[in-house]
Amino acid sequence: MPAQESTIRLHLSGIRKEYPGCLANDDIELLVNAGETHALLGENGAGKSTLMKIIYGVIKPDAGKIVWQGDAIQMNGPAHARQLGIGMVFQHFSLFETLTVAENIALSLPAEESRNMEALSKRIREISAHYGMALDPDRHVHTLSVGAQQRVEIVRCLLQDIKLLILDEPTSVLTPQEVRELFRTLKKLAAEGCSILFISHKLDEVTELCNAATVLRNGRGTGRCNPQDVSSEDLARMMVGEDTPLNQNYQKAEGGETALSLNNLSFTPEDPFGVTLNNLNLKVKAGEILGIAGVAGNGQDELCALLSGEEITRADSIELLGQNIGAMSPDQRRRLGFAFVPEERLGRGAVPNMSLVENTLLSSSHRDLKANGWINYRKVREFSRDIIEKYNVKCANEYAQAKSLSGGNLQKFIIGREIEQQPKLLVCSHPTWGVDIGAAILIRHALIQLRDEGAAIIVVSEDIDELYQISDRIGAICDGQLSPVKPTHEVGIETLGQWMAGQFGHDSANPSTVESAHA
Amino acid sequence: MDIDLITNILFATFKTGTPLILIALGEMVCEKSGVLNLGQEGMLLVGAVVGFIAASVTGNYFLATFCAIFAGMGMAFLFGYLSITLASNQVATGLALTIFGGGLSAFLGTNYIGIGLEGIQVWSVPLLSDIPVIGKVLFQHDPLVYLTLALFALVFWVFRSTRLGLKIRAVGENPEAANAIGINVQQIRFMAVLFGGAMTGLAGAYLSLVYTPMWSDGMSAGRGWIALSLVVFASWKAERILLGAYLFGFASILHLVLQGTRFEVPPNIMAMLPYVATIIVLVWLSSDAIKTKMSAPKSIGQPYRPLA
Amino acid sequence: MLKLEKRQADSRLMSYVSPLIAIVLTLFGGALLFSVLGHDPLHALYTFFIAPLTNTYGWTELGIKVAPLLLCAMGLTLCYRAKIWNIGAEGQFIMGALGGSMAALQFLDAESRWVLVPILLAGTISGLLWAALAAWLKTRFNANEILTTIMLNYIALNALLYAVHGPLRDPAGFNFPESAMFADAALLPLFSDDYRLNISILFALFFTVVIWTVMARSWVGYQIQVLGEDAKAARYAGFNTNRLTWFALLVCGALAGLAGVAEVSGPIGQLIPQVSPGYGYAAIIVVFLGRMQPFGILLASMLLALTFMGGEMVQIEMSLPKSLTGLFQGMLLFFLLAADLLISYRIVFQPRTARA
Repeated sequence: MPAQESTIRLHLSGIRKEYPGCLANDDIELLVNAGETHALLGENGAGKSTLMKIIYGVIKPDAGKIVWQGDAIQMNGPAHARQLGIGMVFQHFSLFETLTVAENIALSLPAEESRNMEALSKRIREISAHYGMALDPDRHVHTLSVGAQQRVEIVRCLLQDIKLLILDEPTSVLTPQEVRELFRTLKKLAAEGCSILFISHKLDEVTELCNAATVLRNGRGTGRCNPQDVSSEDLARMMVGEDTPLNQNYQKAEGGETALSLNNLSFTPEDPFGVTLNNLNLKVKAGEILGIAGVAGNGQDELCALLSGEEITRADSIELLGQNIGAMSPDQRRRLGFAFVPEERLGRGAVPNMSLVENTLLSSSHRDLKANGWINYRKVREFSRDIIEKYNVKCANEYAQAKSLSGGNLQKFIIGREIEQQPKLLVCSHPTWGVDIGAAILIRHALIQLRDEGAAIIVVSEDIDELYQISDRIGAICDGQLSPVKPTHEVGIETLGQWMAGQFGHDSANPSTVESAHA
Repeated sequence: MDIDLITNILFATFKTGTPLILIALGEMVCEKSGVLNLGQEGMLLVGAVVGFIAASVTGNYFLATFCAIFAGMGMAFLFGYLSITLASNQVATGLALTIFGGGLSAFLGTNYIGIGLEGIQVWSVPLLSDIPVIGKVLFQHDPLVYLTLALFALVFWVFRSTRLGLKIRAVGENPEAANAIGINVQQIRFMAVLFGGAMTGLAGAYLSLVYTPMWSDGMSAGRGWIALSLVVFASWKAERILLGAYLFGFASILHLVLQGTRFEVPPNIMAMLPYVATIIVLVWLSSDAIKTKMSAPKSIGQPYRPLA
Repeated sequence: MLKLEKRQADSRLMSYVSPLIAIVLTLFGGALLFSVLGHDPLHALYTFFIAPLTNTYGWTELGIKVAPLLLCAMGLTLCYRAKIWNIGAEGQFIMGALGGSMAALQFLDAESRWVLVPILLAGTISGLLWAALAAWLKTRFNANEILTTIMLNYIALNALLYAVHGPLRDPAGFNFPESAMFADAALLPLFSDDYRLNISILFALFFTVVIWTVMARSWVGYQIQVLGEDAKAARYAGFNTNRLTWFALLVCGALAGLAGVAEVSGPIGQLIPQVSPGYGYAAIIVVFLGRMQPFGILLASMLLALTFMGGEMVQIEMSLPKSLTGLFQGMLLFFLLAADLLISYRIVFQPRTARA
């Protein structure tokens, strides 16, 4: 069926949604035609996810009109949306790990369609084969790779008579190669007349895939255009506004003495869902940023926990400034000049219900803030005020609960707290994940400055663009193994993608064994 | 040991295991949906006292059993309203239910202490009950024992092959995702909690109308808590609850076994046995902590309120 | 239409107002209950909550009941702040009473007040050891502390019953399940010969201040709070979870044990089966109602002590069952949990016509 450019499939107007202290959507207009691949662009916190959930019926708007194929409707929840032919692939998958693929899909179908599980399994096989996404209906979801889990979500939508498929930041969890496969599937779908709403903040992807775009900023629409006709520069401007710097280029550094080395670091986690690390070797130099790319769940969490001391291992497998620290507690490591910014900022890097003052104390126990087991709260308070001021943390005051801060401001606070320890080695996991662009720029600046002061920095991230921007050397982790590490300018995106998929070169594992190792 | 003693022991094992099965099955359904109801002991006591009062007043055991079930559900409703609708802390709310149930049952039962009832009569299965040994052990019980086995089969079937079972598991594993695909999380959880209340109310009726047909304060003697441990012991599997409950039943009637021997153990020391056994089971579980963690419903104990 | 809306940050004000709301609702519930029972609700509430405190004797009796509640509650606060759900204060209290009695029965002819030292120590250490069992089971075997402490409560109760029926029974006691009366020297000093109030209330106040200082200012107190709020953050910070668990449970066991021994060598003067009217469980309510803050806990322990006295009062004056005490305590905790919703949610009025 050819694309019908003229018919309007979905028209939203005047959409408004307010949360306490945050106007998520304000008078938003969105128009999606049949067969159109429509990008919804915006920075973190622009209101994209809220708008998507409104379309899918997960949340109800405070005001506004939804017109679906010519009829004004009230969306009564996801079941209603699916009945209309709207499907959604969530950023954080809405899958049940202990159930099988078929059971997961059955749950989102009407009861009568899921009664015969064998027939359903057959349909799953057919549909996934038709769109080039191999899928085994009987596998348990927790045994699947992230990419395969995304395919489950997509196939789940395709089993119905789908007219609009919404994808929330689908590429953020994929390797560049997997992204291309996804795009092939989406193009095929669009050619069959299905409309696609593609949420992203990556401009090159939008330009490659989409033939219409709506841009959001701070909860308001800033324009509609065809990304094929508009330059990336202009799109970016629409996303971030006039007065925000677009892109920063940082001088690459060489680094000096070795600050940290991993010597045949191996680790088998207790958690059966965890990843086993296999013989990692790595050297990080003082005065350099080393970036580690990788798809989530390939051993990043385990590596970070081993570096931070949350997990311990053989003493000599981790060496910091000539000392064997593998068996040391986090506290002992901090005394030697180690600092760590974890991925979960609320609920690990900071205690949600505690004030910023109390959170200051969390990782700075070795500083001069207590004596003989008693805390000097005056000093702690001064220190927290310094951080708030220096890192431009927006909060009511230093006694505000950590959970009351926005993601970006809390991340600035945590980064500040760690950098102010003047560490010799800083490990940062996903430093700018989910933060607004202003905070991201400030955080990257702070990291570069710390590097220039001579600290060694490891950045673990899924955001490849960011890694290229700030890393001096780059590598990737896949299924608990490290790729070679090379200066950033010597590693092309193709190579990095292969590394992320586990293809490290001639003598390393090939991708098929990597995939089966997940099972 | 003679054959009569063995018959008696097996028969008593069945009887002692029955209330534990009921409570544990109800709690398992609850926990599978992600709700930890620590108020079993309170619901059990209220079920027992209400069943007993109804039987004393009306003389109708059928009606009394239903009253106990409704009393259990009433208590479960209180718990559900607080912990699901108002998203209060499940641990604290469960403890509150236990304390409240203890007080309420003692209050309601004040004038019924020391009264004896005839109790629900044995309902022998024709023919089968005449088989030697097996007949007495399996087929000469009161109707509630058979009902319990039927309820076990029901729960087993729901989780094995129904969409409802799938939904309950989904809600218990990941309420956000369940909500996102249109499952009414609050509703499923509330129904699971009410079912648990009904089961525990029934167990209460069993205690005060069959097991020891009388009422005394705190007569449940920690069975609600033991059943909670049983659910963990059974790794949230109905068939293992059945097995575990009979093992526990056996452990708590060990004094019958000792009757035939020369050992003389003071009754208060014997009474410690089920509690000691529970602790031993909890310790033994730790040898396989990973398995326990894997089979536990992921969102257990976490309140969930969907964003409006 | 009324709707609940999540607050951006928890309301500090509401966390203090909520117990008051709970108390008012409990009074309403009580009034309703009394009218259903055919009593004048105001008179009945007066008898339950005010009459016990209309004379000095009443206040000293209140003090006798506040002491064990306060001791248990401060210990439990330490545990609950760390989210260690120790339900075992009751068992630790009983073991304190049992251990203390065993010591006291060695000194039946004692004349010197100094015998109190070994007696109090024996009780305190018994409570501590009983809690140590729970700590060991949790840290070594990762056994759920709610279930183990409950089981230990039942075991402690049976140990007590065994003791008073067997080895500790007074040979001259006509077969009553009671120990011999302790020597006068083995009883805690009274403030005045006219009343039963003894110095255990001073112990309670002293340890309230100590525990509070530890929580508010010390590094271990801070670590306990982080562990309770966010176990992952505690791990991130590198706190030794097992050591903190031992600390909280041992302190709680020692305080509950002290409360237990102070009861037998205080107002009771011997070991009896009903040594605890449920102080260990009531202390749980005290902790929640008192917001885990020292002053709040002091007030809450007074209120809970009053419910024990009120139950006795309505039994004597109006021949209502004493078990009303448990009912009031349960209602109080229920209403509190419901009212606590207002800490993180607010109720907003939303007209139905909001949709454009």
